[in-house]
Amino acid sequence: METPTLAPTPEEQFQARIDADVRIEPKDWMPDAYRKTLIRQISQHAHSELVGMLPEGNWITRAPSLRRKSILLAKVQDEAGHGLYLYSAAETLGTTRDQMLADLHSGKAKYSSIFNYPTLSWADMGCVGWLVDGAAILNQVPLCRTSYGPYARAMVRVCKEESFHQRQGFEVMQTLCEGSAVQKEMAQESLNRWWWPTLMMFGPADDASPNTEQSMKWRIKRFTNDELRQKFVDMMVPQAEFLGLTVPDEKLKWNEARQAYDFGEVNWDEFWSVVKGNGMCNHERLQARVQAHEEGAWVREAALAHAEKRQAREAVAVAA
Amino acid sequence: MLRLMTPTQPEVSAVPTPPPASNPLFPFVLQLADTSLILAHRLSEWCGHGPVLEQDLALANIALDLLGEARSYYQYAAELEGQGRTEDDLAYLRSAVEYRNPLLVEQPNGDFAHTIVRQFLFDVFHYELLIELKAGPDTQLAAIAEKSLKEAAYHRKWSAEWMIRLGDGTPESRQRIEKALRTLWRYAAELTSPTPLELDLHTLGLVPDYAELQARAAAYITHVFAEATLPVPTEAFRQPGGKLGRHSEHLGYLLAELQYMQRTYPGLTW
Repeated sequence: METPTLAPTPEEQFQARIDADVRIEPKDWMPDAYRKTLIRQISQHAHSELVGMLPEGNWITRAPSLRRKSILLAKVQDEAGHGLYLYSAAETLGTTRDQMLADLHSGKAKYSSIFNYPTLSWADMGCVGWLVDGAAILNQVPLCRTSYGPYARAMVRVCKEESFHQRQGFEVMQTLCEGSAVQKEMAQESLNRWWWPTLMMFGPADDASPNTEQSMKWRIKRFTNDELRQKFVDMMVPQAEFLGLTVPDEKLKWNEARQAYDFGEVNWDEFWSVVKGNGMCNHERLQARVQAHEEGAWVREAALAHAEKRQAREAVAVAA
Repeated sequence: MLRLMTPTQPEVSAVPTPPPASNPLFPFVLQLADTSLILAHRLSEWCGHGPVLEQDLALANIALDLLGEARSYYQYAAELEGQGRTEDDLAYLRSAVEYRNPLLVEQPNGDFAHTIVRQFLFDVFHYELLIELKAGPDTQLAAIAEKSLKEAAYHRKWSAEWMIRLGDGTPESRQRIEKALRTLWRYAAELTSPTPLELDLHTLGLVPDYAELQARAAAYITHVFAEATLPVPTEAFRQPGGKLGRHSEHLGYLLAELQYMQRTYPGLTW
């Protein structure tokens, strides 16, 4: 007996569109899990921009020249802007900014763990731009082609600005490395602290990354964590050499056969510990966000109350 | 670039006041620079801590505008002085008693209401001053004023809107804005009270008539306060001093932070 040809299910139709690289738009049907994964990922990304303002904001008032102060302030302001685009992109999936912020403040939603490390010297403004933004760009450039339209479009804008930030960070490092012995030492000390946490930004190793396979299938993600981490090392080591800095990894070595660098094992205990909330600044960062939100409540209420009063007055004026 | 400072020389701050510059405009341009820088610094302290993301962006935006304006003034002041000092030397290597900003702009951020009141009182004056400087005889100052005026018009609109929202918002916002006014109103008059230097420069036609500025600023304030349903404070007490180098205790801490890197690592390039 012949098997009747079944009409494709919505899931099959959806996957067929993904496979054909057709962008998914807000009004299109999508599996619940796809929607949830995206809300999780985009809001996490938005929260990272928001929390990411804090470690760099920490040096705006102490920037060593007016030019650097201006560049740094503009950069942190860009991050606030990225947060806005990303919250808007997530809202197209049916959530609200209030809900996302509530999840951030309760600790339910995560943000990039890198921001739980403290910024202790001016050179950290170099390393955050050069390494952290460098890693973010590698993560984010493929997202410009991610399957969900609003996310992909937001990422095109974000990536343009991020690459600008990365050049600025590199320039801070270069200035330090071309400066006095004290400055070069400051640069090296900062690299020593940021190198490994930056490698952790790509997430757990592929065999320990539960979401990667499904995300690749849905083309939300286009490279695995380990692929991106390798790319990052291969890109950054020559830059560190150019700066005359030493990457703090004794196992780092060029592998001629692989045409890539071999490198040491990331300290996954530290990674999971920071993810779980035990980094140097986890408590402080979240507290700062919660405090800003709570202390801003009366401002938001006043704006709303005034808008309502104004609307009511205008309605009376129109009726008269 | 030739720098006066090297690590082995005493800091400029050890000298009570900079040597008199031949150009009388120098101390006035420096005063404008200090004013914009100190307010920009205060506003930048909000970065990442604003009451809502959109306002975080607005505060940073105003801070950036004022910082840009301050840099233009410092660069011009350095040129007027003609002694090889740079914008950074002027900003980072002068002590509190050498700073010439009015007291209002160095006052701490407080809550959002304090920041708004401080900003509004400054913006109203700043806007009117720039209109005059733009039409003034010094072409360099006029050019800086022309560029800054566009920004200042936006700042004034933003802070006026917030005065109205907070004044005519909730009982809490009104109580907070009234409290901020009680704290900050005393510093408003200094903006339009001419110092001996400003009077001298006025007779040379380089600085506008502050009485006229004061009248225009007062008219605008009255208009906005009416919208905000706020009474214009009648408090007669005025606290001047900043433009003469007599500051509140707040400025020292602000400068300690602002100048930290340049003071700790003198003479380096960043």
